[in-house]
Amino acid sequence: MQLLKETNIDFIGRRKYFLGLSLLLIVAGGVSLFLKGGPKFGIDFKGGTLVYVKFKDEPRLDEIREALTGEGLNVATLQPFEEGPDNHELKIDLDLTEEEALESGQDKIVATLRRLYGSEESKLDFNNVGLETLSDRVVSNPKIAESALTTEEITEEVRALLAFRDQAPQSGLVRDFSLLTSIEGVNPDIISALEEETYLGAFAIRGGGYVGPKIGKELQWQAIKATLFALGGMLVYIAFRFEWIYGVAAVAAVFHDVLITLGFFSLFNREIELTVVAAFLTLVGYSMNDTIVIFDRVRENRKLTRRQPLASLLNLSVNQTLARTVLTSGLTLMAVLCLFVFGGEVLRSFSFALVVGVLIGTYSSVFVASPILLWWQGRAVAVGGQSRRK
Amino acid sequence: MKGSLRNRLLVALAVALTALYGVIGLPTSLQDIYDHLEEKVTLGLDLKGGVHLILQVQVQEALRAEADRTIRRLQDELGDLPVPLTPDSITRNNPETIEQADDIMITVEGVPAERASDFRNTVEQYFPNWLPSSRSSAVWELRMRPSSLALLKNDTVTQTIATVENRVNSLGLTEPTIQQHGRADAEYEVLVQLPGLSDPARVMQILSMTAQLEIQEVLDATPYPDIDSARAAHNGVMPPNSELRLHQRPAVGGAENEWYVLNAVPVITGSDLRNAVPGRNPEDQTWEARFVLSPEAGSRFGDYTGANVGNLLAVVLDDRIKSVAEIRSRITDQGSISGLSGQQEAQDLALVLRAGSLPASVEYLEERTVGASLGADSIRQGVRSALLGLALVVFSMLVYYRRAGINAVLALMLNLLILLAMLSYFSFTLTLPGIAGIILTIGMAVDANVLIFERIREELRAGKGVVGALNAGFAKAFLTLIDTNLTTIIAAAFLFLFGRGPVQGFAVTLAIGLVANLFTSVFVSRLIFDFALAGKKQVKELSI
Repeated sequence: MQLLKETNIDFIGRRKYFLGLSLLLIVAGGVSLFLKGGPKFGIDFKGGTLVYVKFKDEPRLDEIREALTGEGLNVATLQPFEEGPDNHELKIDLDLTEEEALESGQDKIVATLRRLYGSEESKLDFNNVGLETLSDRVVSNPKIAESALTTEEITEEVRALLAFRDQAPQSGLVRDFSLLTSIEGVNPDIISALEEETYLGAFAIRGGGYVGPKIGKELQWQAIKATLFALGGMLVYIAFRFEWIYGVAAVAAVFHDVLITLGFFSLFNREIELTVVAAFLTLVGYSMNDTIVIFDRVRENRKLTRRQPLASLLNLSVNQTLARTVLTSGLTLMAVLCLFVFGGEVLRSFSFALVVGVLIGTYSSVFVASPILLWWQGRAVAVGGQSRRK
Repeated sequence: MKGSLRNRLLVALAVALTALYGVIGLPTSLQDIYDHLEEKVTLGLDLKGGVHLILQVQVQEALRAEADRTIRRLQDELGDLPVPLTPDSITRNNPETIEQADDIMITVEGVPAERASDFRNTVEQYFPNWLPSSRSSAVWELRMRPSSLALLKNDTVTQTIATVENRVNSLGLTEPTIQQHGRADAEYEVLVQLPGLSDPARVMQILSMTAQLEIQEVLDATPYPDIDSARAAHNGVMPPNSELRLHQRPAVGGAENEWYVLNAVPVITGSDLRNAVPGRNPEDQTWEARFVLSPEAGSRFGDYTGANVGNLLAVVLDDRIKSVAEIRSRITDQGSISGLSGQQEAQDLALVLRAGSLPASVEYLEERTVGASLGADSIRQGVRSALLGLALVVFSMLVYYRRAGINAVLALMLNLLILLAMLSYFSFTLTLPGIAGIILTIGMAVDANVLIFERIREELRAGKGVVGALNAGFAKAFLTLIDTNLTTIIAAAFLFLFGRGPVQGFAVTLAIGLVANLFTSVFVSRLIFDFALAGKKQVKELSI
């Protein structure tokens, strides 16, 4: 099977249009960034408190927002998302306030939700309890204390019950105690003790965190530093293997990609989280790879046909590698799209960066990196011409 | 040619088997494979769930305490001179933040000019950690030597780590990671990772409790409602070596503030404890933490309480009075801390008293919790979608390149196998960013094969024979592959060196994957072609 045979498309001749398109994308992203006051950082980079909550029923957003604000919490995002039917999740994101200690932010969120959704005094919430606390409680239950069960046995049973709670399809939220009886080998006495000691809350805290302002700055700086060093390393290697202008062109193309992807993040209101840094690094690697494949072909063709003007040499190389470019990008895009669609909310920003990155990375190798070479040569010829005239 | 083909085949098989062994061991059942995989490939906290904490040791507190001890000893030493020397005042400054810690300084005022050499000699003889300098004829400043500063701060962090370790172990948490984090000489951070823990609040509270226990003599039996009235009652002159401490006595409608005047030199401190357990007060059934003293401290305490029957003692925890009680009789080796909120507090307090106190308080800079259910979802969804993507890629390669597609798929699988094996042999941790590295590796592995195959097709179109086209295709694509992979490996190396945490996790899988990629695409893929063609005399067609 073959999609593309020998093509002969004049990519380089149309570079002005593509330059326009690149500019348009950069400007659109830039305007969005400007209007929104810079990139929207997740708590990893800006500092703050984050909580993922899963609800039994659809969360009442306005009510929750109002209650949290009433507690003096600085709510930055309240983003609901659904993973499959009857699965209501909410991401709550607080900005740092000055006196806010980390425990207080998360504790206040939980306390507020408890107030809204009800809790039972003197009982533990089975959907939000840890192993140690729950097994301590079950051990001290009068009926269990009388039974022949050892503390180790009880802890093991409780561990199994919590593992069941955390597995799909419960995924952290048990809706009915009767579900627990379906687990194999669980002592019915323990379940009845559970019913006495715990209740099933209407929500479950699935995870979250707190990042202090100092760490946020540090992480930001470290990610930028590592990326710049990596780019520098690539530039030197390409300059060494090709010519230095090839390195500059490749790095410029990668920079272009990062800028546009940043713009897309702003346009689509996506947060830049820690995992997104890994995605950006992936896109840098991918775009670089793509560019080098074309440059490699240019280098090879230049040895074969010394006379040919650079513009047609570039066109020839891009066309020769076009089948490979389309195929590789298509396959990678397919894999990345799977991740975006089925990868879940935690991976969403990450896979979003990859989808945009693969598209832009492929585009830039053909339409940005190659024209830079041409532009540089044009300049070199012009300068050379002038100096000769003198 | 045939011999070399056999040798190459052996090399490829050896690599594949070694990798396979690293990933699944020698399994006897399906369950074995699964168990081995789970045991060998360590998952990061973001995938398996757990709590990640970074705490910062407030080293300036340890320096302030050291200055306080020095002041007390200095007063003693100067008083013990043949001709006793009593300066007007010995005070210290109060560095509030970690950045100011090095500014710690003791100021001694009122040293007569003719006693200057006595003073200097005393400091140099008994306090080698401190450098004296005279600001004016009667005022001296003592600053800590840089080497002593560094040592003391380092000790504080080391001791904190040891105490945190003790507490984590007493909690029975498995496979914890507790280590120094960040720059040792400036950041004083400790990284704590607790896999599997999903309820961080209690543990965080236990870890950050300073737990400095002191039993102090109450100098004035009257409780005062605030500091000012306490001062006023003593006409503004507090007894020497005394301090005011707050007791929040539980009362109807909230706590009632009571200030007591205590002797600043404690009778008993936390380091005198031999054991501590939670228990219930037999009289009113409230929870308390009971402790047993070491023999040496026990006899000291016995002497003291025997001589002070009828007086009051205060139990002070982290500078707050927990309870005040009258000495009814001689107490030798045990005591209790009452006034606790319930069973949990009694348990936690007994635990930290057993595990030891922190030399300085700690602040949390960062906390991340991934609940077990969230980690499980991330893995399930991440792995499921990655496998789906992989399946689509494999299918497309097979359709597009037919027989040659099988080469590519085999090479890709071997690449992933080698990657997993390396992770397991070197016990690297697989994190979410690490999976990103794997995705880029898959992309580049597919690309390597596409590059080679397209090149071979080009050569075939140009009219070369099958063997010639294979040779030319591999040879020409080889240069490109070296350039693309090496460039990215260089980038990964920099990311590994200069990045931290997630960036490093990405760099590790990427670097391993790319090295494996060079091997599988250039060596293994070629080998399969040669193997398929071997033995056939005339090859007219290539399924590509």
